[in-house]
Amino acid sequence: MPEKKIKILIAKPGLDGHDRGAKIVALALRDAGMEVVYTGLHQTVEQIVNTAMQEAVDMIGLSIMSGAHLPICEKLLTLMHAENMQDIAVVVGGVIPARDVQPLKKLGIQGVFPGGTPFEVFINEINEISNQQ
Amino acid sequence: MGVAKYTKNEKDAIQSVEYQSGIQIKPVYTPADLEAVGFDYASDLGDPGEYPFTRSLHPLGYRSRSWTTRQYTGFGTPEETNKRFKYMISHGQTGLNVAFDLPTQMGFDSDDPQALGEVGRVGMAVDSLRDFEIAFEGIPLDRIGSGLTINAIACIMLAMYQALAEKRGYPIDRISATPQNDILKEMIGRGAWIFPVDHGVRLVGDSIAYSMKHLPRCNPVSICGYHIRESGATPAQEIACAFEIAKAYIDNVTARGIPAHDFVGRFSFNLNVFGNLWEQIAKFRAARKLWAKILREEYGIQDKKKLFLRGLFGGGGSGLTKEQPENNIMRSAFYALGAALSGAQTTALCSFDEAYTIPTPRAALLSLRTLEIIMDEVGLRDTVDPLAGSYFIETITKQMEEKIQAEMAAIQEVGGMVAAVSSGFIQRKVAQQAYEFEKGLQSGEYVKVGLNKYTEDDDVVPEVDLHEHNEAWVDLQIKRLADLKQSRDNAAVKNCLHDLEKGVQKGDNVMPLLVACCREYTTVGEMTAVLRQVFGEWQEPGLF
Repeated sequence: MPEKKIKILIAKPGLDGHDRGAKIVALALRDAGMEVVYTGLHQTVEQIVNTAMQEAVDMIGLSIMSGAHLPICEKLLTLMHAENMQDIAVVVGGVIPARDVQPLKKLGIQGVFPGGTPFEVFINEINEISNQQ
Repeated sequence: MGVAKYTKNEKDAIQSVEYQSGIQIKPVYTPADLEAVGFDYASDLGDPGEYPFTRSLHPLGYRSRSWTTRQYTGFGTPEETNKRFKYMISHGQTGLNVAFDLPTQMGFDSDDPQALGEVGRVGMAVDSLRDFEIAFEGIPLDRIGSGLTINAIACIMLAMYQALAEKRGYPIDRISATPQNDILKEMIGRGAWIFPVDHGVRLVGDSIAYSMKHLPRCNPVSICGYHIRESGATPAQEIACAFEIAKAYIDNVTARGIPAHDFVGRFSFNLNVFGNLWEQIAKFRAARKLWAKILREEYGIQDKKKLFLRGLFGGGGSGLTKEQPENNIMRSAFYALGAALSGAQTTALCSFDEAYTIPTPRAALLSLRTLEIIMDEVGLRDTVDPLAGSYFIETITKQMEEKIQAEMAAIQEVGGMVAAVSSGFIQRKVAQQAYEFEKGLQSGEYVKVGLNKYTEDDDVVPEVDLHEHNEAWVDLQIKRLADLKQSRDNAAVKNCLHDLEKGVQKGDNVMPLLVACCREYTTVGEMTAVLRQVFGEWQEPGLF
């Protein structure tokens, strides 16, 4: 049975404009056979949720470099819950201090990939998450 | 990220070296190499201070004056930032470079819903002139120049700086501000853009045209190759993009009937130093020569002083690592050396902890000490352009010039920089290169000490002090804003905003309108809302 292609939305929430990492991840995931949609910069949480719905994605990958990952993730997950989108997994990457990994997972983030995470690591984890969806 | 490609044999002997910019490096260079590239002292170098300025803009270089140091600084409230400004100045820093938080950079006030979680986080929050008054308290504006790292609303911040100077009694022709004000590079590699491309460029043009008449000691733009390099461009592309961006701004202003020689002398550049040491030095020397050539041959500028590529050559952040962060102290020292050997007028370094956090005072100070040691201890002030005449350096400087020109031609082929940015052409190119470099890092093809070679067993990121984001500061800022809106002359604010809207729509220069607004304590958010309303927001192509 052919495996369904994972469709992932790479999103840049908030005001942070550093997109090098997000684009690198997008290219790596595309090379790994996934379908990747990129939101572009300055997305509100509402816009990300809408795009995720419109594009019917399996997963959302947030890229956050400004340090505001905890408040942003909380807001996104709350809105997704309200919109009944719990079947869409959320992962996050960027500038994430080690001490924030557990708090993020507690919120419901399923994968945390700070900058420099090797490609195989996040590709495998994303595949894992997808298998469990 | 950004070191050269090496092939080695099984005995670790290097067999080939290729720089990112595409230059192949030989094991040995001799006078024959200079002949092969047609090197000629007079036309390729000139004496220091003589066209084409390859060696130096000034005859005496650092013999006459050391470089200006400006560490990027700002966080939290204006009070906190003011403290750090004074701390750095007390330790010998000679200029300021102000970091603003993201809401400010994006034209939102601290109480805006879009500012949530971001107030004071990556820089200082500025909502109005009141905040500038606090941030610059006790700073002599006629003796210390301020870089303002602001782009989409640079015109607002420049206007606010003028309003501040007026309030503090400084003649505005004495103050020196350098708003970064390079919107095209934002659209390529930094992301703090708001308005569509043409409107963004119009605002840059307005600030240049205004500044040349009213703020003669200000540098209205600091054209940034820095961020384009950080995004994945090669050193040659960094310069090519910077020059094509500069041309786009020049063309915007000359289209208003203002001749280039009236304003181009105040252009400054913000360029990157990381990666291969020699490639950087060749890049800067070639860039100085090329800039002078372009201005003279393409824009017909004769006045020597207007041909200067004046720049902040700063240590790049993407050369640094999270792993073994103390290595970044050494890396930055080498970047500083590269900047000094390249004759930088102004310089700065990323601090060793900046991969994780706003620099702690200790880390910021170490960066400053690095720059002081280079100039005051180990001899970089002794003589001008010490590497001139090196068979190696002169050969690769000439080759770098050709590489830069080829990259400029590639941009011209797609219609110039405005077209290249609007279509996403440049953004896609640098993203794909960034991906290739990252692959090279992960495979070990590009060596990064501590990251993929000489790694340490404890994989845990060491205990680096993290700068704490303080919610109390956010509350203070929001309260200050609320109080301000009560105490200012709201009728005057309303009139100014009305005039701003009308003027912008008519195509008037925005600067006088913004200065008038700033004087009345109109907020950043209020002024930007008007511009957003008239210009709309850019829909970026989002290519990768």
